[in-house]
Amino acid sequence: MNLGTIERQEFAASVAGSDLVTVVGGKTQWDVGGTIDPNARAVSAPVGIYDYTPSEMTLRCGAGTTVGEIQDILGEHAQMLPVNAERGSTIGGILAVGRSGIRRLRYGAVRDYLLESWHADHEGKLVKSGGPTIKNVSGYDLCRLLVGSLGTLGFLAEVTVRSLPIPPCSRWMTGVCDPFDLQSKLYRPSCILWNGNQVWVLLEGHPVDVEREASITGLSECSGPPVLPSAGRLSLRPKLLRELPQMYKQDWLAEIGVGLVHLSETINNDQSSLSAVTVMRDIKTRLDPTGRLNPGREVF
Amino acid sequence: MSSKRKRTIFDELKVLLGSRTRADDMELQLYGKDSSVLSGVPSTVCFPVNVEEVQGIVSICNRFQRPFIARGSGTGLAGGAVPIGNPVIISTAKMNKVLEIDLEDRIAWVEPGVLNLDLSKALLEFGFHFAPDPSSQQVCSIGGNVANNSGGPHCLAYGVTTSHVLAAEVVLPNAEVVTLGGIDPEPKGYDLRGLFIGSEGTMGIATKVAVRLTPNPPDVRTLLLDFADVSDGALAVSAIINAGIIPAALEMMDHNAIGIVEAFVHAGYPVEAAAVLLVELDGLSGAVEAAVQTINDVAKIHNAGSVRVAKDETERALLWKGRKNAFGAVARIKPDYYLHDTVVPRSKLVEVLNQVYQIADKYELIAINVFHAGDGNLHPILAYDAREPGILERVHSAGDEIIKASMEAGGVLSGEHGIGLEKRDFMHLLFSAHDMFTQDLVREAFDPQGLANPMKVLPSGSRCSDSFKQNLPEGVWV
Repeated sequence: MNLGTIERQEFAASVAGSDLVTVVGGKTQWDVGGTIDPNARAVSAPVGIYDYTPSEMTLRCGAGTTVGEIQDILGEHAQMLPVNAERGSTIGGILAVGRSGIRRLRYGAVRDYLLESWHADHEGKLVKSGGPTIKNVSGYDLCRLLVGSLGTLGFLAEVTVRSLPIPPCSRWMTGVCDPFDLQSKLYRPSCILWNGNQVWVLLEGHPVDVEREASITGLSECSGPPVLPSAGRLSLRPKLLRELPQMYKQDWLAEIGVGLVHLSETINNDQSSLSAVTVMRDIKTRLDPTGRLNPGREVF
Repeated sequence: MSSKRKRTIFDELKVLLGSRTRADDMELQLYGKDSSVLSGVPSTVCFPVNVEEVQGIVSICNRFQRPFIARGSGTGLAGGAVPIGNPVIISTAKMNKVLEIDLEDRIAWVEPGVLNLDLSKALLEFGFHFAPDPSSQQVCSIGGNVANNSGGPHCLAYGVTTSHVLAAEVVLPNAEVVTLGGIDPEPKGYDLRGLFIGSEGTMGIATKVAVRLTPNPPDVRTLLLDFADVSDGALAVSAIINAGIIPAALEMMDHNAIGIVEAFVHAGYPVEAAAVLLVELDGLSGAVEAAVQTINDVAKIHNAGSVRVAKDETERALLWKGRKNAFGAVARIKPDYYLHDTVVPRSKLVEVLNQVYQIADKYELIAINVFHAGDGNLHPILAYDAREPGILERVHSAGDEIIKASMEAGGVLSGEHGIGLEKRDFMHLLFSAHDMFTQDLVREAFDPQGLANPMKVLPSGSRCSDSFKQNLPEGVWV
């Protein structure tokens, strides 16, 4: 029997029942998507790294494993998971919430790092989706459906994620310049942040390249980015970020090229124009007919 | 006295599309096949030019309860576009415009019939490309790439289609038009975009696709490593990844493949070698140069005969021409071939490759291996002559064993070709009945009536009724 098999079975059994149930991770993003029904019984996903072969660049672990633990073991082999989460966040929580870290500009969305998952469904039965290899198109891609679903369709029990090499050199630069112009001058920077005035850019790669790109920016080196405002979050098409200075007077920090805006005020996207709601509702009804999984969380 | 004849589905489609509704014998035969060995018979072939027409066709199919299949270029290798249940074929061939290139957002909106390579050519002057590059990229369509979540050699570093499609306008099986995903980074709701990509036309038809533009790398280096032993080549693959390098592409060709490719392109491939690795490194020059050095070191450790670095773009293009045309070049030794597609962990490449050779020997077939080694994505080609009596049975039996060997090594059924008809009855090797039941629940949310490309992906009996099974065409291997 594979490592982790018993743990995921026990987890699924803990989900089974007819009562309301919620899965608790590191509670680092607990406020996302609305308040959990206080009557929901809490369960926790398994913890532990079951399988890690550095040359495969994949890692299989319980969904309750913290990012800190995962980054530590990957780090021993100069690898990483390109998320910027608190060490206490669980990998299951990060995937269920689906928010990518600030290096998305270079490394892509967090959904692309989940290769295979086991989740407990509304009856407490285990469902496997995806596959353990880096490339796979066998069957419907339920992994991507689960990422960002806030645990409303099933609770992640175990995941296989893809890792990446840690870049040999990493440098933050800051100063005043046009961030859009800067983006067009650089080849795949890891992050460009802008507050309407000041710019912070993260360059990663071979030291020679980082040095050369740093000189292109004309900015000065700094220790890191400022703290991201966390009261509000806007998802915009990247070019709309140009208009931010005219739109908001409060503090904000925008991820250039990505389209995310972190605000100090509670401003969020207007959802009125959401498409395909019927299908989304239908999926929720089919996968959780009694609405017992994470009641109170709203994805759409 | 004549009674008014009741209008058939063909009549209705004819009213909608005029001469772009076809049912000539030759067309029906042509559209009965894709690039797999399977075939069926469609009832009608339609060539819509816009979303309204696609919507109209789907509405008519709903009224007549007739299945429909979206079809791109028909390059699919798993029978995904093979008609079952006398369906209406909806060809996207006439929806082939690049609608908008937005350099600020780094996206392009394209119609599904745009060919993969044409898109990258259209982006060239702006310094961008569309990263997924299947070997069929000269002829395969973006809509087909979306349906199959297509890969290609350069997906090792850049990811497959799902990482490069941000949004799609889709005609759902009930004829409703929706947009899945969005140009913004966190579209609200469930990721139906991610679910739709790779669903092989069973969840609707994409009529407009927003693709991500990838900047062309400032520096590209293409290397050819040759080995006297296949095992050394396969071990070098893991060693390269272990050294912290993710090449843009890391391809392997075995002795048989090298021979036919060299005879075809004359690129100077070492025909004596047991295997070659084609390695492409791209990015900024510092990283590329360091990686070239590392690969030279790996080559020495793993007994590579030589490391040849393409000296210019012409030489690079020639080496790639060999790789990308390897399948066509098989015709030099046998008129037909069956191309497989499984993925195994990189560490199992040697083991599974050896099994592939043994299986081919057992069935007296020629196995040719040319594949995406960096991804562990095997593409064993079984070359044969269909005129030889009983040969297809041997080819299928060998194929079954290759699939099973890959599964036993901890692999998956398909890396990039999809499940279609070809592999749906192997799905149980990877998934439990409950896994497949759950997948079918999700499919049903899109298509409760089972009209969109029925009988594909999931084995019959996963959940949906077997209403189309009686129409299984002869020769369909399911």
